[in-house]
Amino acid sequence: MLENKSGDSSAIHIPPATGSSIINIGTGERIASVLGGLALASLGVRNMKKGKGIALLLGGGYLLTRGLVGYCAVNHALHRNTVSKNASAIQVSRAFTINKPRAEVYAYWRKLENLPRFMKHLSEVKETDATHSHWTAVIPRGLGTVSWEAEIVEDRADEYIFWQSLPGSTIDNAGEVTFKDAPGQRGTEVHAIISYRLPAGDVGALAAKLINPVVELLIQEDLRRFKNILETGEIPTAEGPSGRLQDKVRSKLKKFKQSYQHHNYEGPMLERH
Amino acid sequence: MKALCWNGINDLRVETVPDPVILNPQDAIIRVIMSSVCGSDLHLLGGYIPTMKAGDIIGHEFIGEVVDIGKEVKKLAKGDRVVVGSIIGCGECSYCSTGAWSLCDNSNPNAALLEKVYGATSAGIFGYSHAFGGYAGSHADLIRVPFADKGAFKIPEGLTNEKVVFASDALPTGYMAADMAGIQSGDIVAVWGCGGVGLMAIQCAYLLGAERVIAIDRIPERLRMANEIAHAEVLNYEQVDIQEALKEMTGGRGPDRCIDAVGMEAHSPGIDYMYDRVKQTLRLENDRPIVLREAAVACRKGGTLSVVGVYGGFIDKFPMGAVMNKALTIRTGQMHAQKYIPKLLTHLAQNELDPSFLLTHLWPLSRGAEGYDMFKKKKDKCLRVVFTPN
Ligand SMILES: NC(=O)c1ccc[n+]([C@@H]2O[C@H](COP(=O)([O-])OP(=O)(O)OC[C@H]3O[C@@H](n4cnc5c(N)ncnc54)[C@H](O)[C@@H]3O)[C@@H](O)[C@H]2O)c1
Ligand SMILES: [Zn+2]
Ligand SMILES: [Zn+2]
Repeated sequence: MLENKSGDSSAIHIPPATGSSIINIGTGERIASVLGGLALASLGVRNMKKGKGIALLLGGGYLLTRGLVGYCAVNHALHRNTVSKNASAIQVSRAFTINKPRAEVYAYWRKLENLPRFMKHLSEVKETDATHSHWTAVIPRGLGTVSWEAEIVEDRADEYIFWQSLPGSTIDNAGEVTFKDAPGQRGTEVHAIISYRLPAGDVGALAAKLINPVVELLIQEDLRRFKNILETGEIPTAEGPSGRLQDKVRSKLKKFKQSYQHHNYEGPMLERH
Repeated sequence: MKALCWNGINDLRVETVPDPVILNPQDAIIRVIMSSVCGSDLHLLGGYIPTMKAGDIIGHEFIGEVVDIGKEVKKLAKGDRVVVGSIIGCGECSYCSTGAWSLCDNSNPNAALLEKVYGATSAGIFGYSHAFGGYAGSHADLIRVPFADKGAFKIPEGLTNEKVVFASDALPTGYMAADMAGIQSGDIVAVWGCGGVGLMAIQCAYLLGAERVIAIDRIPERLRMANEIAHAEVLNYEQVDIQEALKEMTGGRGPDRCIDAVGMEAHSPGIDYMYDRVKQTLRLENDRPIVLREAAVACRKGGTLSVVGVYGGFIDKFPMGAVMNKALTIRTGQMHAQKYIPKLLTHLAQNELDPSFLLTHLWPLSRGAEGYDMFKKKKDKCLRVVFTPN
């Protein structure tokens, strides 16, 4: 939502193109990638609420673009070369206010091993030294795990953390979080910008565009859980003996949203990428 | 356990469902002693609040006995008799910690959904649709209460169940209506709606210093109660022109404070009722703002509209010109149960308030569907049916 509106905060970081952004796959593999990618991405959308979706989505988006971009390379090599390098980054920016002192909020995030408590797609983060860490995300349904190394590039106590994956990661990604005092003794404003890079090219940009809103929601809910945990020590849930027909409700929710969007002013603040 | 489940518009059934369990450290499980119907449930029955799902347990106004507690529950113990506020608050976010419990940031598991439609989430509410959290309601043998130390209050010895059950919802809502009205000495307060909420608003308006209260409805026995028990002057909107009558009764000024205790399903004999009814049926308008319009025009210059009647979406033809040019203040909200309940328990114990007359029917839960039908159609002089699941 607050896309590029971080105000005075520093330039937005996008992970440099490394590993997956280099095209080196054969036709058979590309077709498999496209099919597998579509399946994963749609699974991801369906699993969004359970918080498992992001790994599926990213994995799906990754495979999807890998396959499609490979195809483009063969047939439209020239065209592909004209595409801007940043177009295929997925980038989400969200802000929350947490009713706790800034030092406490910063410290919880800085201990990266806490992240899987509220970032549902992560199964583990291990800090290997003062600035390096090993991250693992599980792709549900036995589809394996994805892991990568990350480095804290900039760290200012109680104010700012910026990390990014090391060159050669399966999914290049980066994150920066800014912590500020909220006015009127309302605790701390947390502003997070998380980005993922998909393989470069036309189709990569298209996939990023399609996946971005979904990833936005997932990251927004990650941050909400961060707030829930810091403020109350627990994450609210309504599981239990209520409701039966899951799908009927889904379509109702959708209609509910649509009926409102119909009336809503969608100004520049709400514009999505 | 047995529970009263919503299965579609005007389709309620008592069903056997799994027992609730402790899911979070601050949860408690309560065995329900009494659970009341509320006007808000009628919006669910009529299909005006979307995101209900077949099998949802409804009910949110209740008292019970603590049977299990999570490991972070410190103030409650098994066996405690408690009254639980209908709206869930964490007690820690910036809203809860300043008394605005119904605006809680942390109690609605489906916060993202309300954020999309309202721009921000509201608190979770028991048995009140998935947009408001999807929590199981209280028309059941057992109910899980999150943030139990914050929302469940021990009932003082000597207070009867009949008297205290409405301290869960109708009474704090009526109290908040009077509180938001900002009553000053000498004020004349008009209350639209003489259901449980309106009747409580009348009593609380007097408690907070109103000089006179004028109550408006059309149902004879409700008007009689408003007059005989709550001591309001009463107007039947089917028999008199409300604008004329209110002017006449207030020396031509209009009421100083106007309370809407009716909400989105208001009824009216006038032409605007048909207009809104048709638009609402076609879903071009979610809510019928008949009382809001009437109150905005009736209110004296510089007065206050206090709105506790529930609205869900959009309204048409609201006289903003009257609000602006008469410099009215509008205050509204779902009630902040946790802020008011302790104070209200004291008023009850000291006999300064007694809502027990709202309880016109005490029925077993097996008659749940029948009870709602009676309440909805206002049959048999029903004001509130209270179920006794156990
Ligand atoms: N804000 C909150 O937290 C909160 C809590 C509980 C209930 N409520 C809301 O308060 C409202 C009343 O609840 P209730 O339990 O008393 O409901 P109820 O159905 O028992 O009473 C509503 C009354 O309004 C009367 N009415 C209808 N149209 C009218 C009109 N044009 N003028 C005057 N009176 C009219 C009806 O005849 C009825 O007596 C509902 O909208 C309910 O959703 C809000
Ligand atoms: Zn209610
Ligand atoms: Zn809260």
